[in-house]
Amino acid sequence: MRVLLRRRDQLVCQQVVELVTDYLDGALSRRDTRRFEGHLRGCPNCTAYLEQMRVTIAETGRLTPEDLSPEAREEFTDLFRAWQRDDPDS
Amino acid sequence: MSIALLASPPRVGTRPVRGVVNDASMRWNDRPRVQAMEPDTELLARLRAGDESAFLALVTRYNPSLLRLARTFVPSDAVAEEVVQDTWIGVLRGVDRFEGRSSFKTWLFRILVNRARSTGVREHRTIPVDPTVPAVGADRFDASGAWAEPLVPWESDADDRVVAATWAPRLRQALDGLPDRQRDVVVLRDVEGMSSEDVCDVLDISEGNQRVLLHRGRSRLRSELEAEFGAGRR
Repeated sequence: MRVLLRRRDQLVCQQVVELVTDYLDGALSRRDTRRFEGHLRGCPNCTAYLEQMRVTIAETGRLTPEDLSPEAREEFTDLFRAWQRDDPDS
Repeated sequence: MSIALLASPPRVGTRPVRGVVNDASMRWNDRPRVQAMEPDTELLARLRAGDESAFLALVTRYNPSLLRLARTFVPSDAVAEEVVQDTWIGVLRGVDRFEGRSSFKTWLFRILVNRARSTGVREHRTIPVDPTVPAVGADRFDASGAWAEPLVPWESDADDRVVAATWAPRLRQALDGLPDRQRDVVVLRDVEGMSSEDVCDVLDISEGNQRVLLHRGRSRLRSELEAEFGAGRR
């Protein structure tokens, strides 16, 4: 649901939530960025929404890899050693 | 939104998000593995010198994302594992020729995508993204398009490590439940922190398409976190 922005209309909340990723990526035009930020200044709910999206993104970025299982570790160790045997120059 | 998509996005575009992620990781002191992490370039240098532990460190670091991504291209976990193994063989064979013009990460995921595509087995992937799925359900808004109920801010609890630890399993689950193409983009952009240019390059999609997929994926993750934890955060 991409939102068609008309020149003078005020953004409503339902449009703002569709623009968050474009906003965070700096992909909104300067005018749309101003309208987006203008809406946020007057809207605690959309401000909370943007913060929730930021937390979601940050938490996704904090997902740390689990340790390799002992089997996987063994498998990749074998793979490495086989490669070294076949390719002794490397 | 056609206006914004036509305008060429400023180069600094990816910064705000990356900034958020970085700020967040600095605030949190419970990621010793990340903070102590040896840079890829150093691991690569050790790998070139034949250091087995450097290879295992890279495998540990990237295997979960490689598997997640591979699984969206091929029909089974078993085939995905083969593709990932094949990718690491490609890394070992190519590491001496890798010149570092792209980041290791971009190179690695490009190898994966090429291998996955060349298995030629896939095709549950053709389901298009439903363009009408909104980021937030229409029932959450009133007739004027304003929020019908006040939204509960999360930020106060987000500093609580215990909460974060509770979130991770739910978030992993939600990530694995995303439609394939959305998952590809979210894994590369938000889990791996790659730039939108690199993601477009690896997945061979347009910038606009990439952003729509990212938006759908992130919005869905947020709403699943809200459904799971939102009520308790008042």
